[in-house]
Amino acid sequence: MSLAGNGRRGTPERAPGFSGVPNLTVVADREPATSVAGPAVRLTDVTKVYGQGTRAVLALDKVSLSVKSGEFTCIIGASGCGKSTLLNLVAGLDQVSSGDLATTGQVTLMFQEPALFPWLSASKNVELALRARGVAKAERRARALELLEVVHLGGFANKRPHELSGGMRQRVAMARALAQDVDVLLMDEPFGALDAMTRDLLHDELERICTERTLTVLFVTHNVREAARLGDRVIVLSSRPGKVIEEYQVPRTGPRRMDSPEVSELAASLTDRLRVEMSRHVR
Amino acid sequence: MSADLTDRRALAGLDNLELQEALAAGPGRKGRMAAKTWAATWPKLLAIAIVLILWQLVYLYDWHGSSSNGIFKGPVQTLPVLWEELHHVTLWDAIGTTLSRAVVGYTAALVVGSLVGALVSRVKPLRAAVGSIITGLQTMPSIAWFPFAIIFFGLTPATILFVIILGAAPSIANGLIAGVDYTPPLLLRAGKVLGLKRVALYRHVILPASLPSFVAGMKQGWAFAWRSLMAGELLVTLGSFSLGRLLSTYQDQLDMARAISIMIVILTIGILVDMGFNQVNGVIRRRWGLVDTGNGT
Repeated sequence: MSLAGNGRRGTPERAPGFSGVPNLTVVADREPATSVAGPAVRLTDVTKVYGQGTRAVLALDKVSLSVKSGEFTCIIGASGCGKSTLLNLVAGLDQVSSGDLATTGQVTLMFQEPALFPWLSASKNVELALRARGVAKAERRARALELLEVVHLGGFANKRPHELSGGMRQRVAMARALAQDVDVLLMDEPFGALDAMTRDLLHDELERICTERTLTVLFVTHNVREAARLGDRVIVLSSRPGKVIEEYQVPRTGPRRMDSPEVSELAASLTDRLRVEMSRHVR
Repeated sequence: MSADLTDRRALAGLDNLELQEALAAGPGRKGRMAAKTWAATWPKLLAIAIVLILWQLVYLYDWHGSSSNGIFKGPVQTLPVLWEELHHVTLWDAIGTTLSRAVVGYTAALVVGSLVGALVSRVKPLRAAVGSIITGLQTMPSIAWFPFAIIFFGLTPATILFVIILGAAPSIANGLIAGVDYTPPLLLRAGKVLGLKRVALYRHVILPASLPSFVAGMKQGWAFAWRSLMAGELLVTLGSFSLGRLLSTYQDQLDMARAISIMIVILTIGILVDMGFNQVNGVIRRRWGLVDTGNGT
C-alpha cells in the first residue's frame, strides 16, 4: 500500500520541524495518470477578502486547485482555513475578490445541516428542486420518488423532515441535490452532525451514489479519517489565510473503510500535517 | 455484492430503530380521545368557575352600595337574563351586524397589512422610511384616531372600518416583516442553491418560512381589530343595532344584567376567534415539528 503525497506548492511553506511522512511518495507530476477528462472545477489564484480597509480579513490567499470530472476531492484544514468560503465561492453564493474560478456543469452545495424546508414533506422538498429547474409538474412526483429510492428512503416520501432522523434528513438533502441533475457536488461537512455509526453507513452510500452517477465531489471536512476514507485526493489548507499547503493522492485499491489500515495511515499523516500548521499560530 | 447488501440492510434497520424511538417518545394518538378532551376542557371550566366566584364575591361585597341599590347584578341574576337574550332576535341581529363589520374590517386590514408588510420587508429604502412608523402606529391606541376619522367619514360605518384597519394592519404587517427578517439564513441559502431567485425564492422559501410569525401577527391584529370595533360601536352610534350599541343602550337604561350579558357575548366571541387562531398556529407548529414531543431528534 502506498500513498502518493503531492506537495504541489513545494517545500517552502512547510513549517520548521515538519519531518515529512515516510510512507508518502512525493510525486513531481501534478497531473496524476488517472486523469480522464478536463477539470470540473478550476480555481486559479483565487483570493477572497472580507471587509474593507484596516478591518479587511483575508480568507483565501491565491488558492489554486482543480478537480477533475468524477474525482472525489476532500479539503481539510483547521479552523479559519476558509473551507466554507471556498465552497460558497464555487457554488456561486459569493464572489471572488480576485483570481479566476471556472466550473463546468451544474453545481450544488450540501450543508452540515440538511437545510430541508420544514413545511414540505421529503418528497416535496425534492420536488421543489425539480420545479426550480423547470421539470414539468406531472413528472415531478415520480422523479422525486425515484431519487428518494436512490437514497433508500422510498417509503418515507410523505414524512416531514422533523419526523425523520438526522441521517435520514441528510439523505433527503442528498436526493434533493441529485434532483438538480448535478455534475459537481460541493459538501460542507455534511456528516459533521451525525453519530459515527450513521456516518459510516452514509459514507458507503455516498461512495456508491457518486460512482453510479460519476459525480465530481468537493468535500470539506475537519475530520481527517473521513477525508482519508472518502477522498481520491486530499488537499490540506492552511489557516488565516487559507492556502493550499499539501496535497495527497489516494490510489483506489478497492473498497475502503474507516478502520482500514491505509485510511488510518493517511489520517495519521494528515493529523501531523495539520498539527504543524496549527502550531504556526502560537503567539 | 453481499457486503453491499449487508450495508443496505443495516441502513434500513437503523432507520427503523430511530423512527421507532421517535414514535415511542412521542405522544400516543389513539384510544385516549375522552381523556384528551377532558384534559383540554377542565382548565377552561375551572377558569369560568373562578370568574363566576369572583363576580359573586364582588356582588356580595356591595361596593358603594352598588348591589343593594339594585344597579349591579350578580351571576345569579345575570345568567338567566343572558339565556333570555340568547333567545331574542335582537341580540343575534346585533351579533350579525358587529361580526360582519369585523369580517369586512379585518379582511381589509389583512390586505393592507400584508401588502405593506410585503413591500416594506423587501424594499430597503421603504424599510428605513416606514418601518418605525408601523411600530409607532401599532403602539397608538386606535381609539385616538376617531376624531380624525370622523372629520373625514362622519358618523358612518366607514369611520369604524378605518379605525379597525389602523388598529389591525400594523400588527399584521409587523408579523410578516418579522417573519421575513427571521427567515433562517440556512434555508435562504438552500433556496438559492436550488436556483430559486427573487419571486420564486420569496414564494417558495421566504413566505412559507414567515408563516408562523405572520399568523402570530394576524392573531394580534385580530385582538386590536376587535377592540377597535367595540370602541367604535360605543362611540359612533349608527342606525342598526350592534353589540356596542346594545351595550351602551342597556347601560343608559341602567339595565346592568343585560349590559353584562352583552359583555359576556363580546368576550366569548373574542375568545372563540382567538382559539381559532391558536388552532391554526398549532397545526403549523405540528407540521413543522416545532412542538416538543419529548424526544431529542
